[in-house]
Amino acid sequence: MQQQNDNYGRAGSEIEDMVRNGKERLSQMFPSGGSRSAVLMIALVLAVMGAWTAYYTVPSDSVAVVQRFGQYQGTVPPGLHFKLPLGVEVATIVPVKRQLKQEFGFITPGARESFQSPDPNDGMRETQMVTGDLNAALVEWVVQYRISDPVKFLFEVREPRQTLRYVSESVMREVVGDRTVDEVITIGRQEIESEALTKMQALSTRYAMGISIDQVQLKNINPPRPVQESFNEVNQAQQEKEKLINEARRDYNKVIPLAEGEKDQRIREADGYRLKRINEAEGDVARFNSLLAEYTKAPEVTRRRIYVETLQDVMPGIRSKFIIDESARGILPLLNLDGPKPKEAKNE
Amino acid sequence: MNKIAKAMIIMIAGVGTIVLMSAVYTVNEVEQVIITQFGKPVGAPVTSAGLKIKMPFIQDINPIDKRVLEWDGSPSDMPTKDKLYISVDLYARWRITDALQYFLRLRDERSAQSRLDDILGSETRNAVAKHELIEIIRTTKDRVPLRDALLTNAEKELKMGSLVPIQKGRQLVEQEIFAEAAQKVKVFGIELLDIRFKRINYNQSVRPKIYDRMISERRQIAERFLSEGNGEAARIRGNRVRDLNKIQSEAYRQVEEIRGLADAKATEIYSSAYNQSAQAVEFYEFTRTMQSYKSIISENTTLVLSTDSDLFKFLKGMNPGGKASSVRLSR
Repeated sequence: MQQQNDNYGRAGSEIEDMVRNGKERLSQMFPSGGSRSAVLMIALVLAVMGAWTAYYTVPSDSVAVVQRFGQYQGTVPPGLHFKLPLGVEVATIVPVKRQLKQEFGFITPGARESFQSPDPNDGMRETQMVTGDLNAALVEWVVQYRISDPVKFLFEVREPRQTLRYVSESVMREVVGDRTVDEVITIGRQEIESEALTKMQALSTRYAMGISIDQVQLKNINPPRPVQESFNEVNQAQQEKEKLINEARRDYNKVIPLAEGEKDQRIREADGYRLKRINEAEGDVARFNSLLAEYTKAPEVTRRRIYVETLQDVMPGIRSKFIIDESARGILPLLNLDGPKPKEAKNE
Repeated sequence: MNKIAKAMIIMIAGVGTIVLMSAVYTVNEVEQVIITQFGKPVGAPVTSAGLKIKMPFIQDINPIDKRVLEWDGSPSDMPTKDKLYISVDLYARWRITDALQYFLRLRDERSAQSRLDDILGSETRNAVAKHELIEIIRTTKDRVPLRDALLTNAEKELKMGSLVPIQKGRQLVEQEIFAEAAQKVKVFGIELLDIRFKRINYNQSVRPKIYDRMISERRQIAERFLSEGNGEAARIRGNRVRDLNKIQSEAYRQVEEIRGLADAKATEIYSSAYNQSAQAVEFYEFTRTMQSYKSIISENTTLVLSTDSDLFKFLKGMNPGGKASSVRLSR
């Protein structure tokens, strides 16, 4: 009872003290005589004290558990209530609707609930865990809970909140101990949360602590500090891998689409060549056919005309021309046919 | 007389109050009370809560907790079967079932806690020394871990990303400790409800080795990533050369095919035209030859022509057929 009163409603012992102090003070004030008025005074003080301790208010997020001479009387809802004064009845306020939490491995400043934060000397040890592949990891997490049954919470287990801390640590290690370090650090977080929650709920039901656990949330999960760098190396290597591949892809992309384009270009050019050849051929043929038609009408003359015209075209461009008479064949050897300056040899 | 009587009344009232105060006591919902008379327990423990009466002065009350109590072991280093030093931390839940026995043997909770320290401590040591570390780390025997998709077969063979197999598991070891210890604490009127491992950690001296192993494992993965990256990059570069050659040779082939077809087609067109009759053949030969002269004969050509040729036959005379007349022309 003592401990409870320390934690919750402090009505009992305080009142006893006040009464005692009051009595002493009164006897000092009236050392002798006037015993009647003294008795009256004592009665009055007692009445005031009684009135003072005869009511209590229960906040809206809580209920009060009332005990008369230590015996459980009942649970009262929020509001203003009356009780037997002077420590006969004691009301313990239990915040049943408040969402409470416990932090493991880290401390949020300004924690008000008892056992909310780890022992400052213990915070580091709390996070260290061994994984199922015998690696080590640092795990931080939060447990959200409520007091679901104030009677059990007060009377079944001596330190329900501390027990909850034990349960939470134990279960988290059990769950982490069944997983590989990769699961713990990266891929299995959600599974860990849900499995830890189920197991913690099962244990807290078995322990009948009057606590219901709503949520388990993993916070930071890290490899141990000396190992962290090598975990980063893996990440960097992963990035590096991507980079190398991307660079190679870049080179590929720089060349291949261009080559495809050039290929198309060449094919198109060839196509152009084809069209040109065919068109030219057809043009040539058309011309030839027309000529031929005329030619057949007068072959000899046409032939002669074309011959002469052609030679007329060709001849002027030639610098050295020799026209030799059959009878003057003798001079042929004297001509310098290969001479660089055909002018010299020109004799006209 | 009046004054004396008054004093008497006050005195009697005072004494009465004191006696009454000493005779009544409260029993809280969470405790039971053993009444002792001159230090010796009297009667059965009072287990129901409320206001109670006892003999004043000579009897004392000894409240004993009825709730479930906690025991929190202090972390202690111990070796496992595989000679690894680990730091083990347990918690236990217990309650006082036989208050009288408890009171006689232990008196108060502090000595109870220290008994539990002794008993659970030694049972833990025994159990831990009998098992390999993994047996008290893992629980579920045949759990298949999720695998990081990044791990390859090579690493699977090295047992990376897989769990170390177990025979018993944490729960069975806990039960062993529990069974041994529960028996031993029974004599103190204590019932052990359960024990669980709270923390199991590598000892300071073991840690560097564990860390080294973890580092080397990670490095291995990192190296693999790098070589995978280089390998894939090389593959892509190979692809580049292959694809480039393929594209270029395909282009060449298609170009040649097209040109070939074009030439063939042109040839067909020409030949069908030039070959249509004997006269056409003759005419083609003639015209084509004439055409070729234009390109064959250039400035540097030296041409030796006879006056017998068709062009110059008239140089000799108007009628080259017979009568000679010499007319010379010069151009």
